Amino acid sequence: MRPPLQRYRNILDFALSSLLRRKGRNLALLSVYALVVFVIASLVFFVQALKHEARELLVQAPDMVVQRLVAGRHDPMPLAQAEAIRAIRGVAEVQPRLWGYYYDPVYGGNLTVMATEDADLAPDAIWIGAGVARTMRVKESDMVPLRGYDGQSTLFSIQKVLAESSELVSADLVLMAPKDVRALFHFPENLATDLAVQAGNPRELPTIAAKIVELYPDSRPILKAELLRTYEAVFDWRGGLMVVVLASAVLSFIIFAWDKATGLSAEERKEIGVLKSLGWESADVLLLKFWEGTVISVTAYLSGVLLAYAHVFFFSASLFEHALKGWSVLFPRYRLVPALDGYQLTVLFFLTVLPYTAATLVPSWRAATVDPDAAMRS
Amino acid sequence: MIELAQVVKTYEAGLATPFTAVDGVTLSIPAARLTVFKGPSGSGKTTLLTLIGCMARPTSGRIHLHGLAADALPHLDATEALEITSLPERFLTAIRRRTFGFIFQQFNLVRGISVLENVLLPTYPTGEDPRAVEARAVARLESLGLARHLRASVDRLSGGEAQRVAIARALINDPAVIIADEPTAHLDSRLSEDFMGLMSQFKEAGKTLLITSHDPIVYDSELADRVVEMRDGRVVSEA
Repeated sequence: MRPPLQRYRNILDFALSSLLRRKGRNLALLSVYALVVFVIASLVFFVQALKHEARELLVQAPDMVVQRLVAGRHDPMPLAQAEAIRAIRGVAEVQPRLWGYYYDPVYGGNLTVMATEDADLAPDAIWIGAGVARTMRVKESDMVPLRGYDGQSTLFSIQKVLAESSELVSADLVLMAPKDVRALFHFPENLATDLAVQAGNPRELPTIAAKIVELYPDSRPILKAELLRTYEAVFDWRGGLMVVVLASAVLSFIIFAWDKATGLSAEERKEIGVLKSLGWESADVLLLKFWEGTVISVTAYLSGVLLAYAHVFFFSASLFEHALKGWSVLFPRYRLVPALDGYQLTVLFFLTVLPYTAATLVPSWRAATVDPDAAMRS
Repeated sequence: MIELAQVVKTYEAGLATPFTAVDGVTLSIPAARLTVFKGPSGSGKTTLLTLIGCMARPTSGRIHLHGLAADALPHLDATEALEITSLPERFLTAIRRRTFGFIFQQFNLVRGISVLENVLLPTYPTGEDPRAVEARAVARLESLGLARHLRASVDRLSGGEAQRVAIARALINDPAVIIADEPTAHLDSRLSEDFMGLMSQFKEAGKTLLITSHDPIVYDSELADRVVEMRDGRVVSEA
């Protein structure tokens, strides 16, 4: 190995050995540091994953959903209106949708029951989301009873459990034939829950929406972009709420880390003097302290991020879910699909690793630039 | 030879309470000889050696090394006189590393690491082949009777053992000059005699030895070629 590289390696070895010498202090620091990274990274992962789920959800959503409001109350849409909307210039397709929430008292969760025209769906069969399968502890070919509007239970056979590419999309979903939905909810034949509208050119959506409102003043068109904004705002707001709650913990850590990092003990100061007297340059001492700070902060960062990953994606962010998933009581438990944002991880890295490393260097630089005899006498 | 001309060291110069530890010392110290600096505490012995050893700069005056720093600064023509007080910090560090070996009064071993690691500390920034320096360190420790303590923590050593570790560390880069500050202050008479025995070997090997002491075992020793007595920062006698 070339001397300059060997020098780096020697000093890194000594930095590791120095960290081990102060095991208690460094382990305490590492634990608190990793805990803070864990909490912040969990929050970042969680909000990112929810946003990802929301985007996945909206990719499959129609360009526009038209609902009917009666004095502000959501009311089913007459199917006749679908024909009139289809006639508006720029509308490519209008699909009446039939769906509704089904509260399951046994499992204490809301299911989204939706009609599908898919030809693969067998008669009297249903397709269910992975969350529903997990909550009800059922699998393909099992029978599931659903209680209709009249209190009578109907048995459905599970033909398929939907793939888990996005659980938010499918976790609570039960797909069944339109006639079964109408029977379950006692839904009149001439009505639909809402209308899914696709435009030939998405830029024309605001104009189409205005024409629909003009045609039917009691209608409420909701654009896909509005849905996306609402989701993002809700998740950002919830994430922000957690940040406020966690701010005091983070501030405490900053004070703790600052104190540990910036205050050199008399022993450390003397040690720097000894090293300098033995022929270490100021740059060597700074390299030593840089390695020490980097090892602590990078280890804390990596362990915090890995623990946060496991917490959010394997344990469904169990520490935060009640704060972040406010509707979880009425929602089947679902697992988030990992969605990592490199930018956010990089920002987190720079916000946690760099300040600490810099904070360790300043006092060491002060101690390393004085004459070795002064450092040894202090 | 080491030559000092009107060397002054004042701490807190320019402040309300300046203190002059070394006051106008002019001295010639021969190479390959043992020179003892004696005098009461506060007489400036240790400060003078830190100035010679490039651990601090004098407030005024000049220090010349004659042919002693050639290994430390191979790119300079240091075979003749080299004036060290005006050298940049980087050069002073190189001289400290190659030319001088320090044995401190409190030994100044780094706690919590092994005997071998302590001895290797001066070699880390040099980037030398670790196997070669380790072999050198092991040989040095064995010659000082510390073979069985190689991997032991320095915290478990007796005073005499700790001092021998400090000696091995001072010698690891094969310096031309060994500076020992009150080396027998924490040793009993037998260990002090042992220490002087080691100094005798180093003197025979051609090392220049500078020792501060107010222990008669040191300054009355036949090994001492020269005894410089100091008081209040000044040289009061030379013998």
